[in-house]
Amino acid sequence: MPYEDLYLVGFTALMASLGTLAILPLGLPLAWLLARHQWPGKTLVETFISLPLVLPPVATGLLLLQLLGRRGVLGRFLHETLGMDVVFTWRAVLAAVAVMSFPLFVRSARVAFEEVNPRLEQVASTLGASTWRIFWAVTVPLAGRGLIAGMILAFARALGEFGATIMVAGNIPGQTSTLSLAIYQAVETGQDDRAWRLLGISVAVAFSAVFIGEWLVRKRGRVA
Amino acid sequence: MVGAKTREGGVSLQLDQVRLDRPDFQLHVTAQLNAPVTAIFGPSGAGKTTLIELVTGLRRPTGGTIRLGSDVFCDHSRRIHLPVRKRRIGYVPQDLALFPHLSVRQNLLFGTPHKTELKTPVDFAHVTAVLELDVLENRRVPELSGGERQRVALGRALLSSPRLLLLDEPLGSLDLELKRRTLPFLRRLRDEFHVPMLYVSHDWAEVEALCTEVLVLDRGRVKYHGLVGPAGFEPATKGL
Repeated sequence: MPYEDLYLVGFTALMASLGTLAILPLGLPLAWLLARHQWPGKTLVETFISLPLVLPPVATGLLLLQLLGRRGVLGRFLHETLGMDVVFTWRAVLAAVAVMSFPLFVRSARVAFEEVNPRLEQVASTLGASTWRIFWAVTVPLAGRGLIAGMILAFARALGEFGATIMVAGNIPGQTSTLSLAIYQAVETGQDDRAWRLLGISVAVAFSAVFIGEWLVRKRGRVA
Repeated sequence: MVGAKTREGGVSLQLDQVRLDRPDFQLHVTAQLNAPVTAIFGPSGAGKTTLIELVTGLRRPTGGTIRLGSDVFCDHSRRIHLPVRKRRIGYVPQDLALFPHLSVRQNLLFGTPHKTELKTPVDFAHVTAVLELDVLENRRVPELSGGERQRVALGRALLSSPRLLLLDEPLGSLDLELKRRTLPFLRRLRDEFHVPMLYVSHDWAEVEALCTEVLVLDRGRVKYHGLVGPAGFEPATKGL
């Protein structure tokens, strides 16, 4: 495999992994709040976070571009305070895959939390456990399979992200180009060999990701 | 030890005008429970579990006060509701609710760490010996039999060093033979640890075997509160 392809695979997998991890700090508590509590505006929030699932990815990308560009609310803030540019850098790739994968993870995690028997959490509280401890010692381990499944789903979505990424990060070889962007470019420029090679790599990466994920879920299933 | 015994045995649970509306009846209870073991007896749907859940704090009453000794658990008019985890109640629900992902030992120790500040925590070795749990310690919950689960749930509640144990039909799910074998454990629990207990049951034989006092509930109301036995309450039909 040529060096540039190797780099491409590494970069894409890294972005998908970081994107999946980046979802957790917000996604986990949000899924828990959706599963376990009633609060005003809940339906609104649910609808809003599902938007990336139903909007055309390119439209989501355009929104991100507006938000993260130097003239955008968030983009300007990051540029002026941290001197950080987002658009057309790897950070934009990360932002795009995280936003696109977010609803998939939150939906799976929510169902996983809902399936945990609330009696167990109640009894844990009679045993003196705080909400925080109950979450980490009871809820998360028991929802483990669903949470892992949600992370696999998010990772897989991130791996193949195209529309939002190309809008907000462009397709700069060696900088923001990911597997799907590179396949598109290879086909566009008539490099059929490269397109087929990258396709093969994509299949291998996706297959291993899902295979490892299934294995993890099964392993947990035996334990719990 | 004798001092601790009287002190612990002396905790009284006061229910004053405790009210809660249920779909089929209104629970309305006033009672002061001081006995080492008080049975909450009545037919199913009488409000026994509801009453227990009000004491744990998992349910909030729509009126009245609940006090344990000098601690106010709940006072509706003053809007006081002590959080569940601060009540130091050992609760064994009907479905036991053992943590399926933890070992027996981890289950038993779940309630202990936050109570390290206690002067006289319940001793782990003592509990496991009395309930014969020492041989089960490294087993996983799904591998346990019904009677074993029951004992683990009792041990877990007891090891949180509670001031009051609430046992909701602890023998309810066991067959006759297992009941016969598990009852002595409950007696030992009563005689060894001196933690006051509320014992929910609809089986009069269990009540007679374990309890000194009984609170009889029917459709949310107290029908009788007093001693168990020939001098006290005897249900008309023992299989009530």
